[in-house]
Amino acid sequence: MDEKIGRRERLDRGIKVRTEGIYAISSWRGIAYSLFPTFSFVLGMLIIPLVVPSMTWQRIMTIACIFALLALSFDFLAHFVGIVCLGGAFFTGVGGYISGVLNSAFGLPMVITIPIATIAGGAICTLFLLPCLPIRGIYFAIVSLMYPLLFARVIQALELFGGTDGLPGLATFPNIWVELYFIIPMTLILTFGLRRLVNEDFGIVLRAIKDNDQAVRASNINIAWYKTKAVFIASAIGCFAGACLAHLYGWVGLSLFALDFSIFPIAATVVGGVGTLVGPIIGAFILAPLSEMLRAFGPLRVVFYSLILAGLVVFKTEGLVPFLQRKYHQFERWTEI
Amino acid sequence: MSEDVVLQVKRVNKSFGGVKAVDNVSFDAFKGEILGIIGPNGSGKTTLVNLITGFVKADSGMVFAEGKKLTGLGPDKIAGLGIVRTFQIPRPYHSLSVVKNLVVPLYSSRIMHTIGGKLGDRDTVALDILEEIGFERDAHVPYKLASAFSEGYLKRLELARCLALRPYIIIMDELFSGLSVSEIAAIIPMVERLQMNGITIIMVEHRVRELFQIAHRVMVMNFGEKIAEDIPKKIIESEIVKQAYLGVT
Repeated sequence: MDEKIGRRERLDRGIKVRTEGIYAISSWRGIAYSLFPTFSFVLGMLIIPLVVPSMTWQRIMTIACIFALLALSFDFLAHFVGIVCLGGAFFTGVGGYISGVLNSAFGLPMVITIPIATIAGGAICTLFLLPCLPIRGIYFAIVSLMYPLLFARVIQALELFGGTDGLPGLATFPNIWVELYFIIPMTLILTFGLRRLVNEDFGIVLRAIKDNDQAVRASNINIAWYKTKAVFIASAIGCFAGACLAHLYGWVGLSLFALDFSIFPIAATVVGGVGTLVGPIIGAFILAPLSEMLRAFGPLRVVFYSLILAGLVVFKTEGLVPFLQRKYHQFERWTEI
Repeated sequence: MSEDVVLQVKRVNKSFGGVKAVDNVSFDAFKGEILGIIGPNGSGKTTLVNLITGFVKADSGMVFAEGKKLTGLGPDKIAGLGIVRTFQIPRPYHSLSVVKNLVVPLYSSRIMHTIGGKLGDRDTVALDILEEIGFERDAHVPYKLASAFSEGYLKRLELARCLALRPYIIIMDELFSGLSVSEIAAIIPMVERLQMNGITIIMVEHRVRELFQIAHRVMVMNFGEKIAEDIPKKIIESEIVKQAYLGVT
């Protein structure tokens, strides 16, 4: 009997067999296996600007990053706090206008306006969303969707901040490389920061609120205060994206309140995988370039875009990241017995 | 003995539309006793629990705990004073592991600012409480998601969530319902141990037989009203209670 006897064994067997969820890492192989997905994601994000063919595509990547940040904020609120927030346009608008006004009226440089727009914008958005925090589900979504429409009309009607013309001539990033290597690392930091946060004790409380808010109240925790903090985190991320967008274009206007900023992040989150935080980022980096590529179809662009989206939702309902995760854990190898 | 009264309920009323769910109910609970509350379905027991713990606002009447007025406070404030409850249908956090389920009460302001919260890692404290309540420590069990557990374990988890808050009054809303006889037999010693540690326990129950083994006093409700309050032995013999349960006139 020369034939060798073997059996198929999953790659993560040595790691998974001990405990569920807790990884006992004992070998370089185990470490490599656990770190490979994260490492390849970070590396992939960092080399994207280098591999895309042209300046136009580099610009598309920065826009994808903006959408990725909004999707990240949506996923955080929807899956970890249980608040369905369609306020993406609200966040970009408020963040963009704060940054724009500070830059054009007071001549403050970008390094100051972006942080101020992030913090102050987050605070303003939270303040406006505060009255609707006790209501849940679709009602919160409707209110958050209404605010950008309201703000856009107010600015238009009262001719505030340049009215329909907006504020042109804002400071811009020195060149495309600075843009890319500012926004991409920020996206990565925020993604992994949030992923860390939802596994800390503070994040555990937020997830508990999503699962059962009455039980959390019975545990001596003021849920309104925790929801407020969570909305602040999400809206600050959105406002940061808005402020960056204002300085990318060198212009703020009513289009910052466009509903695309509310709807696109949801599509990106669904494609990437709800509740993974990394998923929305990957989703945004698939959908934004896809939408550009379909420009060749002219007016039929939206049709193809919708078909692809519908196909992804129907055939890969779980989203790309959960699907890849599952497949990654199913890799097998032959071992000799 | 009035200084031993820890919970005073004074003439509370609550109507839902035209239905009087709780009608002028008053009672006292003494330190370190097990007080049972029984009654047929729809007699207002759970509403009474909700009134005491602030989940429902009373139309009139007051609730005092150790001299402090509870009426008007929210559920989170009342839990912060050390009056905690379990839910009739367990309310675990399904997407979290059992250990992390307990991190939530340990993160509350009541515990965070006491020594208990600072005694080290919250996960370790949570494991200690879980072990006390009957989860195996040296196994996968505490790291499994709460959604993977059976009713009996979820009821224990409810109890563990209360214990994590270091209460002096625990109100158990039908802790025994939905459990098998052997599961109840396993939980009864835990309840008795809590009572011996000086915690006042109010048990709202349908499982009268098991309740009467451990309760010191029993209160009976029917149609929102309190119809009797006595030691278990006398309650069993009482005519008025038989009428309420069996409809005998």
